Amino acid sequence: MQTLTQRLANPTRFMALSATLLPWLSVIAGLLIAVGLYMAFAAPPDYQQGHSAKIMYVHVPSAWLAMFGYLHVAGSSFGYLVFRHPLADVSAKTAAPIGALFTLLCLVTGSLWGKPMWGAFWAWDPRLTSVLILFFLYLGLIALRSSIEDESLAASLTAVLAVVGIVILPIIRFSVDWNSIHQQPSVSRLGSPAIHASLLAPLLVMAVGMSVLFIALHLKAMRNEVLRRRVKALRLAEVQAAGGLMQQPAE
Amino acid sequence: MTAFRQLVHRDLTIAWKEGGTIGVTLGFYLIVVAMLPLSLGPDLNLLSRIAAGVLWVALLLAALLSLGRMFETDLEDGSLDVLATGPLAMEGVVAAKGLAHWLATGVPLAVLAPVLGLLLNLPVETYGPLVATMLAGTPAISFLGAIGAALTLRTRRGGLLLALLMLPLFVPTLIFGIAAVSASGTEPGAFTSPFLILAAISLAAVALAPFAAAAALRFQLR
Repeated sequence: MQTLTQRLANPTRFMALSATLLPWLSVIAGLLIAVGLYMAFAAPPDYQQGHSAKIMYVHVPSAWLAMFGYLHVAGSSFGYLVFRHPLADVSAKTAAPIGALFTLLCLVTGSLWGKPMWGAFWAWDPRLTSVLILFFLYLGLIALRSSIEDESLAASLTAVLAVVGIVILPIIRFSVDWNSIHQQPSVSRLGSPAIHASLLAPLLVMAVGMSVLFIALHLKAMRNEVLRRRVKALRLAEVQAAGGLMQQPAE
Repeated sequence: MTAFRQLVHRDLTIAWKEGGTIGVTLGFYLIVVAMLPLSLGPDLNLLSRIAAGVLWVALLLAALLSLGRMFETDLEDGSLDVLATGPLAMEGVVAAKGLAHWLATGVPLAVLAPVLGLLLNLPVETYGPLVATMLAGTPAISFLGAIGAALTLRTRRGGLLLALLMLPLFVPTLIFGIAAVSASGTEPGAFTSPFLILAAISLAAVALAPFAAAAALRFQLR
């Protein structure tokens, strides 16, 4: 008797399922982001920040996905360390560059927003600094993996680093409380959100759209990685078969 | 416990001997601190304002220099394999080597800081807080660094990679160390809270880092 996770973790079944899901997810992501962007531009301008506040509709979902992405990398890594399932490593490996991309997007849109609002592209503020550290952490994960030739060793070591790095997430979450110039959370507050419904609706649509985009990109990257490993295994088998026949490796 | 003490003693002996890391680390520390006034100009007011920060950054870089060798020499001469099969669990080995690294790097660097502070016109009343924060913060550097050293043990360009992996993890230590030093002059209670957070970071690193580093080392030796 297999659990649902065990059944989904079978690479062949994963490939079949992701092949069916991927076109749907891509279309949904494209539609939601298109609708979200339209709603964002149709929304009334902020009474203080004017139209520059619209960058929020890209900035905030990117920030959520930057953190969600790391959580995902760390969770997959933990799963890999515990269950030694190759698909968990595929997930951790492919989520890291996507998470890094959203972190970069968050940093870039944030500093474009900061220039008219704070008068500077960058401020050494706890929230900004901790997101920058998150970006470095993603780079560290990618660099560590690419510097080790043995793939299974690289997977294990990167997983250890990813789990250690999880301490950064609470630091980012609570960094706005340490006399930061970054604004306080306004959507996830207990009770009613501190943001008007006309501005909140496009943000939520964008957030869902970009999350679906993240999932679609991640599934595609995972499929590529699984295929890459299969090709590598086939090549290895070919070389071994050829070597076994001729007793000596070919030129 | 004997195995633990012997391992610490062995590592300290190696660090003190000729070609050991202590001399090079302290020399590097001195050079970094001496280069800065040369590049910024000899403005004593400016130097005294940035002195604590410069000393902390130089300490981090100097410690980083020796971290890469924490397990490397033992891997090369095979003693890491002996340690792995010895009576001490891998976590204990990491803890012993982290402690030895702290005694051989963190403590001398912290003690030397006031002397280099003279070069930077560091205000005399901050000598005490500076040394205290450095002594409280350097265990975190040694023990977190042990994770990085274990992860980059077999990599090419290990030193550069170690810096990329470790500097993000060192940031909280650096921030609270500097915060404590700069708060020390203002009001009586201001020094305590960042100092306590710094000590908490160190304690957490000492308690948890050996497990992560030992896991990485087991993968390396597999």
